[in-house]
Amino acid sequence: CIKDLDQTPSYELTTDNVYKDPARVKEVLARLYATLAVSGQTGPAGQPDISGIDEGFSNYIRQYWMAQEITTDEAILGWADGNLPDYNKLTWNANNEFVRAMYDRIFYQISLCNEFVRQTTDAKLGDYGYSSAEQTNVKQYRAEARFLRALSYYHALDMFGNVPFATETFTVGKDKPQRIERAALFNYIESELKAIEGDLAAPRTNEFGRADQAAAWTLLTKLYLNSNVYNGSNHNTDAITYANKVLNAGYTLTPNYANLFKADNSSVAASEIIFPVRFDGVHTKSYGGMTFIIHAAVGGSMSATDFGIDGGWGGTRTKKNLVNLFPNAATGTSPDKRAMFYTAGQTLEINDLPTFTDGYAITKFKNVSSTNAPGSNPTFPDTDFPMFRLADVQLMYAEAVVRGGTGGSTTTALGYINALRQRAYGNTSGNITAADLNLNLILDERGRELYWEGHRRTDLIRFGKYTTGYNWPFKGGVRVGADVPATRALFPIPTTDLTANPNLQQNAGY
Amino acid sequence: YAQGIGTVSGRVLDEKGEGMPGVTVIIEGTNLGGSTNSDGSFSIQNVPSGPHTLVMSFVGYTTQRQSISVTAGQNTAVSNLTLSENTTLLNEAVVIGYGTQRKQDVTGAVEQVSTKQFVQGQITNPEQLVQGKVAGLQITTNSGAPGAGSNIRIRGGASLNASNDPLVVIDGVPVDNRGLSGTSNPLSLINPNDIESVTVLKDASSTAIYGSRASNGVILVTTKKGLQGDKFSVNVSSQNSVSEARDYVDVLNGSEFRAVVNGIGNASQKALLGNSSTDWQREIYRTAQTTDNNVSLTGSIGAVPYRLSGGYLDQEGLLLKNDLKRYTSSLSLTPVLLNGNLKVDVNVKGSWVDNNFSGQGAIGSAANANPTLPVFNNSPFGGYTEVLATDGSGQLNTLGVRNPLGLINQRRDRSTVKRGLGNIQLDYKLPFLEGLRANLNLGADLQQGRGTVFVPDYAASDYFRQVQVNGVTYRGGLNNQYAQDKVNKLMEAYLAYDRQLGIGRFNLIAGHSYQSFRDKNYVFSDNLADGTILTAASSLLNNENYRDPRYVLVSFFGRANYNINDKYLLTATFRADGSSRFSEDNRWGYFPSASAAWRIKGEDFLKNSTAISELKLRLGYGQTGQQDIGDLYPYLARYTYSENTAQYQIGGNFSNTLRAAAYDENIKWETTETFNAGLDYGFLDGRLYGAVDVYQRKTTDLLNTVPLPALSNLSNVLTTNVGSLENKGVEASLNVDVARSEKFNWTLNANMTAYRIKITQLSNSSNPEYVGDLTGDAIAGGVGNRVQINTVGYTPFSYYVYQQVYGTDGKPLEGVYVDRNGDGTVDSKDLYRYKSRTPTASFGFGSNLSYGKASLAFTLRSNIGNYVYNNVRSQAFFPAGGSNGVISNLNRDFLTTGFTTAQYFSDYYVENASFLRMENLTLGYNFGNIYNDKANLRLSLAAQNLFVITKYKGLDPEVFSGLDNNIYPRPRTITLGLNIGF
Repeated sequence: CIKDLDQTPSYELTTDNVYKDPARVKEVLARLYATLAVSGQTGPAGQPDISGIDEGFSNYIRQYWMAQEITTDEAILGWADGNLPDYNKLTWNANNEFVRAMYDRIFYQISLCNEFVRQTTDAKLGDYGYSSAEQTNVKQYRAEARFLRALSYYHALDMFGNVPFATETFTVGKDKPQRIERAALFNYIESELKAIEGDLAAPRTNEFGRADQAAAWTLLTKLYLNSNVYNGSNHNTDAITYANKVLNAGYTLTPNYANLFKADNSSVAASEIIFPVRFDGVHTKSYGGMTFIIHAAVGGSMSATDFGIDGGWGGTRTKKNLVNLFPNAATGTSPDKRAMFYTAGQTLEINDLPTFTDGYAITKFKNVSSTNAPGSNPTFPDTDFPMFRLADVQLMYAEAVVRGGTGGSTTTALGYINALRQRAYGNTSGNITAADLNLNLILDERGRELYWEGHRRTDLIRFGKYTTGYNWPFKGGVRVGADVPATRALFPIPTTDLTANPNLQQNAGY
Repeated sequence: YAQGIGTVSGRVLDEKGEGMPGVTVIIEGTNLGGSTNSDGSFSIQNVPSGPHTLVMSFVGYTTQRQSISVTAGQNTAVSNLTLSENTTLLNEAVVIGYGTQRKQDVTGAVEQVSTKQFVQGQITNPEQLVQGKVAGLQITTNSGAPGAGSNIRIRGGASLNASNDPLVVIDGVPVDNRGLSGTSNPLSLINPNDIESVTVLKDASSTAIYGSRASNGVILVTTKKGLQGDKFSVNVSSQNSVSEARDYVDVLNGSEFRAVVNGIGNASQKALLGNSSTDWQREIYRTAQTTDNNVSLTGSIGAVPYRLSGGYLDQEGLLLKNDLKRYTSSLSLTPVLLNGNLKVDVNVKGSWVDNNFSGQGAIGSAANANPTLPVFNNSPFGGYTEVLATDGSGQLNTLGVRNPLGLINQRRDRSTVKRGLGNIQLDYKLPFLEGLRANLNLGADLQQGRGTVFVPDYAASDYFRQVQVNGVTYRGGLNNQYAQDKVNKLMEAYLAYDRQLGIGRFNLIAGHSYQSFRDKNYVFSDNLADGTILTAASSLLNNENYRDPRYVLVSFFGRANYNINDKYLLTATFRADGSSRFSEDNRWGYFPSASAAWRIKGEDFLKNSTAISELKLRLGYGQTGQQDIGDLYPYLARYTYSENTAQYQIGGNFSNTLRAAAYDENIKWETTETFNAGLDYGFLDGRLYGAVDVYQRKTTDLLNTVPLPALSNLSNVLTTNVGSLENKGVEASLNVDVARSEKFNWTLNANMTAYRIKITQLSNSSNPEYVGDLTGDAIAGGVGNRVQINTVGYTPFSYYVYQQVYGTDGKPLEGVYVDRNGDGTVDSKDLYRYKSRTPTASFGFGSNLSYGKASLAFTLRSNIGNYVYNNVRSQAFFPAGGSNGVISNLNRDFLTTGFTTAQYFSDYYVENASFLRMENLTLGYNFGNIYNDKANLRLSLAAQNLFVITKYKGLDPEVFSGLDNNIYPRPRTITLGLNIGF
């Protein structure tokens, strides 16, 4: 009966059983994508991936969105959840649970990717006895896992800078990974993305939702465009090179801007979306992701039905800085259709952080389809989060050109920007001329085109406007806004990990 | 028969031929009789002449009968009256792990409570029998709902993240109390009326024989059994109770709330006011009735003593529609066969419980629902008034508090739970060696829980559950079921050897135990009210419709007792436990203990003292283990399959996903070392007795869920062996026989416990910046806010809050906190550790008084120095400027604070919850013999939870988690009890 002490669960697989079967391997890959969308193995909550913070609140996209948006001039979130107010004010410290949630999600995803890459080496694939077609498939899965790992490392690079570092060569246990400096991490991500290029599917040939070469190129473009922030180098030419690869890959702008953010964006806007995070009202439920982005933005006198949801959460609004980027937006008569503000009962100024009616609401994301049909479930939207889309690449191309990169042209850049503006205005009345094309315009245009899509913090830092010289309500904890130390351009390493891993060092200023 | 009276006299001796004081001697079928005096002799006057039966009984000894014949006018001297110890039912002799011991021989910290001392009144769960009765044992019921679970802690627990529950052993079968679908308390499936005694093993020297499950103490439950030679008797009891809420949460009434909203609310908030004045709490609670009826048949058929009982309990909860119906039956057979060489002990218990849980969400809703709204307004949601969206669409506002009465009446939440627990124990005196016994115990515990939940599609609570099937939208309600089966098996065998050797007496046992636990958790689809599938049942990789986690414990154990002249007592135990929870390399844990006692009373200079009737010094040391963490396979590299609600869409298909689970290959036992020193005392001929114990306990390799270095494993936290914990405590009990006479008896008992638990290590590094791990449940309000923390150097679950600043008027200033670190800003670095839920001392106080046929008993309980975060009060702020179309009622505390934003982290809400509770007060009257002396009738009137004295501002200060968030009120219950024996 001592043999009985060897117990294994009948309803779960152990590592070996998983990787023997290519169909199972694909389910592990699906899980790597899902990390961005769900918070555990039971939707909307249950069997959580990480603990120590509310499951839904800590969802990857929700935290990514908060870190990139409510710490900027684009959004404010007034709930009294823990140290959330500090997030709005750029006064967080290393004990902030939201900082920790973002950090933990990022490294959780990297751990899962490492495990996948570890279990799918060529040597192991040989042992499993795959057919050559199966080997090819799994090789491609592995490249996608490496893409997702590079994506999360990129988030770590952008938000935390100097972080722990481990790849598939690390063993699962309790060992403490070494610290990597920001510049070195830049090099690693660059080399990874280049190394997997050949194994990834050609642009627009993979199943929708899975990463292809264009996704890797877009990420490389971002990496290069921001290289000055990451390691003080100048890679604008490289940015143009990789942007061009995407721009020539057959993506097209979807004619209707609003459709990019609706329940059926995976079909009606698929031609523009390079890499989405996918949600579904029945099958992919979470209290983070689009559930949060759409519900939190609805409050006041807004009609939940118009958004295809069962009710608003009265949380996120915008600041006047964003509104003022659009001509006449404050009066609700902007010719720019991207100015999607809800103003009834809302004030432009924010006097009180928690009050939903202080600040205009945003109506960009919806759980209704392009034909105004509600999504499959009013609580959990079907809308996908467009993490990478063509418009972003067009703007990056233009920026790299203006910043002096070679391999592109001002004319082309102008054309890309005007294409976006024509879509926004419905005609050419909003077009700009070559004389208008400068960095300020590009930052503003990025605000107008990409607001609330999770780019703003990175953009403001790249343009040198995040910590000083440009302010917005409640920045620095002051209602009219105040400068904060330059070190706020990086989040702190959470105290939990500094304690757990003495190899790490706190970022300057914390 | 011949008229006239005579007397009967005699002397009752024990097996050693010494006189036994305190033995009850009565003439059967009469009230005549009394207790033996200090030398064991007795004399009974006024006995009618003729043949009689003399009955002698003493706890822990086999009741003796003796036929006598009384002659009028003469004394009948009865000789040869000897009582022998009853080895199966020992009260004075104490039940211990794998055996029994005379109380005087016990060397560990062991306390036994039996029928007479049990808490009386309407007792639904076995653990309530000893609430407040044992020093060092704290039992906190989770709520006032029928059959609610309890948190049972012996000496405050030894673990942090692993289970702190003691091991419960019922008639020799360690039971699994990890929970069962459909019941909030698996112990509630045992009928308390069948229980004879409850023994609490507190220190490691007494618990180590249970090895890996013993760190948090052991509770041994012994059920009632028939006695050899018993006459057939029937006992019928019926208890009928009414319960009502002792208090309600103090919220604003309709007009007060209207005044607040009209005073500081904005236009959109004022628009939400109605004209009614609804007291929602009074709408959802009721005066509840309970009937608890039990019959037992006891007797002996030939050499087979038996007890057969049946019970029927129908208990209503205070909450409308909430009730519990329990049918129980138990059978015990205790024959002694083969010329006394084979003792058989068969116990079978069965129970069937029907629960109606009602809609318990109504409890919180009633405290928060807008009191200016009427209950009904002919809404499409079943007529109940619901909070609607402000856009005029007539849609529900999902942020609104749902109608409390709707939550009850629009929900059918029922379960049926069955349990069968049985064992057969054979104890055989081996013929070839005097003093050698073999004991075999086979047991099984079968549990089954089934339940259904139905909510109609028009109910507001689940209105928006929605799915599209082939383009058609289906919506609303809930029509779900759940099911779980548990099969736990036990096989134990040991050899025991008793031998007198010179001046000493050896008692050795060596044994083996195998116990397996198997669950079957069935998976079901999640359905709408009309049966449309919202989410399909999980597809499981075993191609079955259930998950069946299993674990197995294999053990070897031994114990040696050495008793020298009843003066020097030595005990050593050892257990080796193998657990399937750990890998082959770490599987086995070894748990030794040793203890010694010096029974000073046995020394010549005290032997004959009546002033000092007992004096024994005990010293013990032991190691125990813990392996009970939630995960059954923590060391295995596994992949967890997703539910169908956490799939990911690839192309046009939804794919289930496989997640690599975090694991710790090297996870192993948590170890607790305990030192215990105790003194058992008895003075004034046993009129004053009790025990004092001090202990120190240190747990190392804590099974602790800690943050891991990022990237090192497959989650951000892992349950692994990290950290240590220290617990030092003292406990004392005192029993006083104030009066001991034929007519008037009065005993008092008191116990106290005080301990300090401190975390001495929490992680593998010592970063001074590290504040600790936030712990405890998330509080209500906001998402995921936690106000408790584990920090090195502090009590576990200390509150972690800001220090409130008060104005000159004594009122808290909104959002103003002390800048404790003096850095000029108040931020999370100014949070501090303030008090904890752990009491600094706990007390129990009981009294049993009888005068003639009347009796009066009470039990008081008290905790001192326990603090509770009043989450009900911390939600009392009025969100000025709020625009989400919702207004919620406010705790009356709002009238003091006037807060307009949430101040969840203020220490203002951490309240001293010290209390004194009148657990139980029982008045009894024994009518004695009725119906031509053929029956015996006793009536009792009991009040439970009569009053609570406390400064705590919430509904009830006793909140185990330390987070008071609208507890189901514990009722005040009045019970009329009737007991007939014949």
